[in-house]
Amino acid sequence: MSLTVVRPGMLTTVQDLGRWGSQDRGVPVAGPMDAYSHRLANWLAGNDERAAALEMTLMGPELEADADVICVVAGAQFDVTVNGVVTDASRPFTVPEGGRVRFGARRSGARATLAVRGGFAVPEIFGSRATSVISRIGPYGGRPLMTGDVLPVGDHFTDMPVPAGRALELPSGGARVRILRGPHDRMFTPAAFFALFDSRFIVTPQANRMGYRLEGPSLAHAGDADILSDATPIGSLQVPASGQPILLMADRQTTGGYPKIATVITADLPLAGQLAPGDWIAFTECTPSEAIDALRHQNAALSGAGR
Amino acid sequence: MLTTSDLRIVPAGDAALLIELPARIDPAVSGRAIALAKAVKARCGAVARDVVVGYCSVTVYFDPLQVDAAALEDELRQAAQGLPDHTEREGAPIDVGVCYGGTYGPDLGEVAAFARATEKEVIALHIAVTYRVYVVGFVPGFPYMAGVDPRLAVPRRATPRTRVPAGSVAIAAGQTGIYPIETPGGWHLIGRTRVKPYDESRAQPFLFKPGDRVRFHSLDPGEFERAT
Repeated sequence: MSLTVVRPGMLTTVQDLGRWGSQDRGVPVAGPMDAYSHRLANWLAGNDERAAALEMTLMGPELEADADVICVVAGAQFDVTVNGVVTDASRPFTVPEGGRVRFGARRSGARATLAVRGGFAVPEIFGSRATSVISRIGPYGGRPLMTGDVLPVGDHFTDMPVPAGRALELPSGGARVRILRGPHDRMFTPAAFFALFDSRFIVTPQANRMGYRLEGPSLAHAGDADILSDATPIGSLQVPASGQPILLMADRQTTGGYPKIATVITADLPLAGQLAPGDWIAFTECTPSEAIDALRHQNAALSGAGR
Repeated sequence: MLTTSDLRIVPAGDAALLIELPARIDPAVSGRAIALAKAVKARCGAVARDVVVGYCSVTVYFDPLQVDAAALEDELRQAAQGLPDHTEREGAPIDVGVCYGGTYGPDLGEVAAFARATEKEVIALHIAVTYRVYVVGFVPGFPYMAGVDPRLAVPRRATPRTRVPAGSVAIAAGQTGIYPIETPGGWHLIGRTRVKPYDESRAQPFLFKPGDRVRFHSLDPGEFERAT
């Protein structure tokens, strides 16, 4: 059983929850930009939440099935048709043998996840099926999908009915996300924090799966604008000498030499992952316990019933 | 000697802890970071998703839904306490043959101008040192090596290249490295090697790890073409 790519869309990649355990050799984690919607789509499809699914960006693909394939979509909202008929893709639907699923106009959000019942059975590399475009590691040579690619569908799923989780609330024109200070907060002036919390930043066109260059007031370093390279967690706001921050996202490189003023909390990364160039982003400080509470709350929403 | 009081643990978001050692490029600090990473993997391997060695730091990633950060911090301090003082391995240096200059090292002339030396002298300075790998990062297998002769300490290029060929040997800001794959890059390219820092098809895909020592030697274009 498989899906064949008829049109790939702008940037469609296979992702699972990321390639953990090889960052000390320079291998990026990659994985979904919106991990919540990735997990939700897998839950709805009856899969393990770690199963491989497709992430599409701004313009979705068209795919043809060679057998009846059960699909479901979470994250950004697109007009989805199956053989030309409009379909509610937020619930599982079947693409019949020889039929095509097509992603049309985008209504909100930037990235959608398409999960298939059984997951995509592409080979694992270093224990993961995630695509790292920057390092070219992953299925299909670590590149975005192209016309003619054949996506094998696996057979690991459950027949248990899955309670419907709550969809991510999508940003409209921009989003406010919560951050924790640091790790290099001591390298910035008080004025830098005032600017960080008091302003809206714009996601520039230099935004991709590695990260978003943001435009806004300059965040001034107290001294040096360089550090000796250390690890770069997802959600880090790193600030080069220009003072214009870069928000590091799923396919960031493993290490970097710019100080990191703050880090977006895990619970708000999916929201950040739904931003597109031109959208605004604003930052609110929170405490570590608020960050964990937010994540627990979000995790409960995933299964609807607070599993 | 380094003591546990030289160690500072700070959160890097809600899913990672950053262990900071004294901020300098120093084999003793680096050796400590490598030993600490090893101890953390041994003690906390079940809860650490990734343990990443920096020049003078170790970052420990965890799942915040499964792991309490404060409890993990205690574990990390425990791991740090039991460390031996001297942890340097003394393996044989990894030998890297390089064809310097020409189309393989388009920035060799610029580096020579910076150093007020001839290209030949730059090559001699580059091969004279046994380098230490401090960090493997940026892209898969890329070794960050420090200890470059101060005369060759050119800053990064003002405008990074959009495509640096795989195998390029480069220097910038007192460091030298080898690009494992074609990628954008801002370092000065002084030569090319056939040595592959990363090869997915190899039994050991990654050639370098932090703490390794590396020596370069010069190949003429003929030797380079014959090298595998």
